[in-house]
Amino acid sequence: MMQNNNVIHVKELTKKFGDFTAVDAITFDVKKGEIFGFLGANGAGKTTAIKMLIGISNPTSGEADVAGFNVFTNTEDVKKNIGYMSQKFALYDDLSVKENITFFGGIYGLSRKRIKEKSNALIEELGLEKIANHLVGSLPLGWKQKIAFSVALLHDPKIVFLDEPTGGVDPITRRQFWEMIYKASHEGTTIFVTTHYMDEAEYCDRVSIMVNGKIEALDTPKRLKEQFNAKSMNDVFLKLARG
Amino acid sequence: MKRFIGFIKKEFYHIFRDKRSLFILFGMPIAQILLFGFAITNEINNVDIAILDHSKDVTTKEIIHKISASNYFSIHQFLEKESDIESVFKKGKVKAVLNFEKDFSKNLIKENHSTIQVITDATDPNTANTISNYVNAILQSYLKEQNKNSTMAYQIRPQTRMVYNPELKSVYMFVPGVMTIILMLVSAMMTSISITREKELGTMEILLVSPLKPFQVIIGKVFPYIFLSIINAIVIIVLSIFIFKMPVQGSLFLLGIESVIFIITSLALGILISTISATQQTAMMISLMGLMLPVILLSGFIFPVSSMPVPLQVISNVIPAKWFIIIVKGIMLKGVGLQFLWKETLILLGMTVFFIGLSIKKYKIRLE
Repeated sequence: MMQNNNVIHVKELTKKFGDFTAVDAITFDVKKGEIFGFLGANGAGKTTAIKMLIGISNPTSGEADVAGFNVFTNTEDVKKNIGYMSQKFALYDDLSVKENITFFGGIYGLSRKRIKEKSNALIEELGLEKIANHLVGSLPLGWKQKIAFSVALLHDPKIVFLDEPTGGVDPITRRQFWEMIYKASHEGTTIFVTTHYMDEAEYCDRVSIMVNGKIEALDTPKRLKEQFNAKSMNDVFLKLARG
Repeated sequence: MKRFIGFIKKEFYHIFRDKRSLFILFGMPIAQILLFGFAITNEINNVDIAILDHSKDVTTKEIIHKISASNYFSIHQFLEKESDIESVFKKGKVKAVLNFEKDFSKNLIKENHSTIQVITDATDPNTANTISNYVNAILQSYLKEQNKNSTMAYQIRPQTRMVYNPELKSVYMFVPGVMTIILMLVSAMMTSISITREKELGTMEILLVSPLKPFQVIIGKVFPYIFLSIINAIVIIVLSIFIFKMPVQGSLFLLGIESVIFIITSLALGILISTISATQQTAMMISLMGLMLPVILLSGFIFPVSSMPVPLQVISNVIPAKWFIIIVKGIMLKGVGLQFLWKETLILLGMTVFFIGLSIKKYKIRLE
């Protein structure tokens, strides 16, 4: 029965670029509704792993199921069921907030009526009434990130992948952003998030830490701290990364 | 289909909100066609010349009169001695000096020939060449008039006739070339930039993660440019017909179809460029260096292919623009149809298929 609760199932997933092994036989499961923190230093292979899970990079070997579909044979089904927000900013600067929502709703095949409902709800929820027709480029980064997150959830995906969503954002906005993540998680969306803010790692239900392409630790933040005899996730991370 | 329309709408927002791309799209074609049409010309008009007349007799007076009466030359000054020639050229205003020998008339009657020295300033070889041809032509026609009554035993009189462009207007030569450059530039450069822009901003990733298939993304990106390029082609043709009175002897419809084929060839090249460049800057440089230069230098737009060294002639064959220029000239100036242009059309189609195939292959590799 536990198996059915897993929305991501990864087994021995490997990616090699020539002689270099970027992702080395990683194995893990993510449960439905969970906030799964995917941690690692820069160059540890996080982004490569995510790219394989969202179907824009082929693995060298191994298996991965996302939202119940095999990523490599049923890529199209996977794509309909996931949302994605990348570490680079993901909306169009030269389109207004509304136009961005309409566009992304459109490419996910939402009906015009549905887009309108969603977009009104989103604007109300984020309090964007005054700036709905402003170009996104004119908004502060914090706003952009919040809107981008909402847009990634527009088509009600089962899982949303966030690749360093809070990079470069002030602490207050980060706090608000995490409240949005909690809310989405509460509504049943699984969150798969990478970050290098260790305080954010504490917010996750479970955390995996990647070092040199391998997953070296995977557990709840609390148990990881006990296991490594550390006060904070920061200490856990440093102990692991230094070897 | 609905997704596709939304995508295209977004693409038009990008284009119309970016003043730079708007300028490249619509300002440049018009500026270029006017520039090439009015400013850059091979014709000569009212060129300043100087005369050194050692005889000052009836014949030389008549010849000088005939030359100054033509629109091609205006007599800037009369020189007195040989040493003036050098100094007048050095001043730079005078482009040619006509030097009549002493006893011009007498020699002509007594010995049946006399000599004019035509000295031209060949710092600009094309102009010098044209000037000396024009002077020759005027002298020939003068002689013809004089010899109307007397008949010579043997003589060969070439009757030259320039067909398809009898007035040798250079705008006839430039319009097909400019049209080619602009279509190439708009289609290839603009698409490659707009695709790499999405890569640079990170939005390409978002598009690829969406249920849109990669080829849908690409078609969505290039479609607006097909549309805009067609509008550009129409603008250029209308400008050349109404402002430069350029004829379209052949079928406008065929011209349209051929233009669309060429536009698609260029788009395929643009996609290809976008697959090999990571930034907009690179895409622009590759488009300018890799496409514009060959189009200007090797397509026969300015320099005739037949007078190039053999290796360059061979290379020119792989430049799509060369074939398109032949087609446009054929349709506009010669009025020929597909029965004469099928070979060029087939080559162009072949190249289009090749480049599309190659860019699809390249594009897939990039995604792995």
